Amino acid sequence: MSRDALRDTFFCECEDLLDALHSGLATLADGTGDGETVNALFRAVHSIKGAAGAFGLNDLVRFAHRYETVLDALRAGRLEAGDDAVRILLRAADTLADLVAASQAGTDPEAPVEPVLVALQALLGADARPEDAEPAFEFVPLALSPVAVDPVALGPSDVGATLGIRFRPHAGFYRNGHDPLSYIAALEDLGDARVSCDTSGLPPLDGYDVDGSFLVWSVELSTTRTAAEIGEVFAFAEGLCELEISSGHDRCPTLPEPPRPAAGPAAAPQAIPDPVPSPTAPAPVAAPRTRQQPAAAARPTLRVDIDRIDKLVNTVGELIINQAALAERLSDLGLTLPTDLLSDLDDYRLLARDIQEAVMGIRAQPVKSLFQRMSRIVRETAEATGKDVRLITTGEETEVDKTVIEHLADPLTHMIRNAVDHGIEIAAQRRAAGKPERGTVRLSAEHQSGSVIIRIADDGAGLDRARILETAIRKGLLPPGAEPSDSDIDHLLFAPGFSTAAAVTDLSGRGVGMDVVKTAITALGGRVGIESRPGNGSTFSIVLPLTLAVLDGMVVSVAGQTMVVPISCIVETIRPERGSLKRIGRNNHVLLIRGTFVPVIDLAQRLGHPRPAFDPSASVILLVRSISGALAAMAVERISDHRQVVIKSLEENYGRIPGISAATILGDGRIALIVDPETLAAGGGVALPDDKEKTRVEHV
Amino acid sequence: VTLRVLAVDDSRTIRDMVRYALESAGMSVVTANDGEEGVTAFGAADFDAVITDINMPRLDGFGVIARIRSAPRNSRVPVLVLTTENGDALKLRARDSGATGWLVKPFDDDELVDVVRRVAGR
Repeated sequence: MSRDALRDTFFCECEDLLDALHSGLATLADGTGDGETVNALFRAVHSIKGAAGAFGLNDLVRFAHRYETVLDALRAGRLEAGDDAVRILLRAADTLADLVAASQAGTDPEAPVEPVLVALQALLGADARPEDAEPAFEFVPLALSPVAVDPVALGPSDVGATLGIRFRPHAGFYRNGHDPLSYIAALEDLGDARVSCDTSGLPPLDGYDVDGSFLVWSVELSTTRTAAEIGEVFAFAEGLCELEISSGHDRCPTLPEPPRPAAGPAAAPQAIPDPVPSPTAPAPVAAPRTRQQPAAAARPTLRVDIDRIDKLVNTVGELIINQAALAERLSDLGLTLPTDLLSDLDDYRLLARDIQEAVMGIRAQPVKSLFQRMSRIVRETAEATGKDVRLITTGEETEVDKTVIEHLADPLTHMIRNAVDHGIEIAAQRRAAGKPERGTVRLSAEHQSGSVIIRIADDGAGLDRARILETAIRKGLLPPGAEPSDSDIDHLLFAPGFSTAAAVTDLSGRGVGMDVVKTAITALGGRVGIESRPGNGSTFSIVLPLTLAVLDGMVVSVAGQTMVVPISCIVETIRPERGSLKRIGRNNHVLLIRGTFVPVIDLAQRLGHPRPAFDPSASVILLVRSISGALAAMAVERISDHRQVVIKSLEENYGRIPGISAATILGDGRIALIVDPETLAAGGGVALPDDKEKTRVEHV
Repeated sequence: VTLRVLAVDDSRTIRDMVRYALESAGMSVVTANDGEEGVTAFGAADFDAVITDINMPRLDGFGVIARIRSAPRNSRVPVLVLTTENGDALKLRARDSGATGWLVKPFDDDELVDVVRRVAGR
């Protein structure tokens, strides 16, 4: 372990502590907190302070100290956890997180710290006391009764002078774990010592009290040290023994000299207690806490380098492929296998699957930390726009792949800002609409059939469809006179180059629109959708795969090649009837499905396998829905299987290939490409996704 | 002889730092994540010294010291308090509970080693 590793540990721990802090504050804000909630808050900030000091992170220590002082006032009941106080505590938690992040990056914190320090100080009000700098390392003896020391008697002794030391421990000396031997050894370090022990006080054995103290030591020490320095040796045991140090013939009972900055712990008897309370000391802690705190009794964890896990994920992928290959080879042999061998093979398959799931579980993390960051975004955006908005989160324990969580922060931040900035109306409008003045944004996560669904719902005004349509036509995204469905209008928000805000605000209108959000989600293998209820708000949904390593796919044949289509985007599979297909132009077809025309995509032709004649009626049609909600009919020759495939990235070696998202290795060892319905439906990644939208509108 | 030290602290960073400092000096260190764990660990093995934090969940440092002192076994092991607190009232309370010494965080590795060697009779 090195200093760097300790630093890493510290920042990891800070993350956990900040999580605990945010959770506790949320409980406090709900009004459901109790004494233990505040204790846990105090401990979290206290731990950050304690460890930060060790790394010389003085800004962090200073802030944490002020914060801790406020939390201490709260736990001692000198401060009420009212709305204002909780708001400042929440803000302080954000600042603390900023400071931790800044300390880690070696930069300045994102937002100014001083105003928050001032706000915290204001909370303390009359309770405020001036603060000292953090004390440097010092050994502070457990001193009780101050004894006046005669400076004359303790003057520097002559070189080679002999001091007489008489040392009689009390019973409490032993009870507190002190050992006379260690004191004598310490004296021997300071000079030439002649030690004798007076055993005359020992009672006879039959009346011996094992807890009593009966021995007295005398040491004649030839030393250059002063009596005061000798006294410092006994700083540990002050109040627990009788000590006399005599210089020459003048025997003079004494105790160590009061405060003097010392070089080391062994030589640092600091301060006989002064009645003035130490400013850094919080009020006495209440009686020992016996209540169990579930969150605090953390399960043991092991931190592992992410590369090792990824290697494991990869190897398990190979294992799954190997298992599938083995099963296929055996079945190709056409032998009648004994039942027990078949049962073993089945066990192998199940075990391999279990290992795979367990390994994927290692990479999974609850979305809690991500959601907690969003509560800050809501607070900041609400403050900047002068709105009163609360965030309600559910499903925080839902687990998602770590990479997904990392890449979700930016798009989610953008959507949350949008919800507060554009979704929620100002108070006057809300009042007029008969809604509570305080707006609500709900952020939820849940597992649903192999996917994770994250929803951002606001109770605002909903989308202004007339304005969206007008903008889309003005920007050429739709032809004039187009009459798309409500849902199609809503999905226009995700079209590149579309921006709804009439007045670009400082918060959400930084030149990035929802198309950037969509791109980010798509890159994660996810989809984003929208549902708007005029007058009642909008709900954005993000559908994400549970893991980035495995995909549920339909194995299909295209121009003699085996390919995989992600199940997640397939709506249904169709064997088209002759009458349902219409030819448009020389080589294009549309499929009539329940009254709607859907463009047919010849997968072979799109992927560059030219054929003399394409007969869509002889094909199997996979009806796919793109993220924008548009449908496309993908024509393939045959569906051969439905299975989980391990995703092998091509991007690293081949770059991004339009129409292909990745590859996989099939059971027989052949490589199959995984098609990317998004770019295919959009015309090989060249045209805008809304092209087909136009097609549809024109032909209906 | 290898000194065996029990370090009780709810901060992973501090536990690791104490472990690093003491193990670098050839001591053997067992850590516990809170007071309850600390008392359990103390009962499970022999230690030459105990270092404990004060502010901890479940059982605080005063409780740790009191429980160690009330245990028939090893009740005289030196117990050092390692904390950011620096108030005299707390120090007195720790002494009355039976603490052997009081160290203030942040600490210097060498000094911590010196103090442990000292109280543990080196």
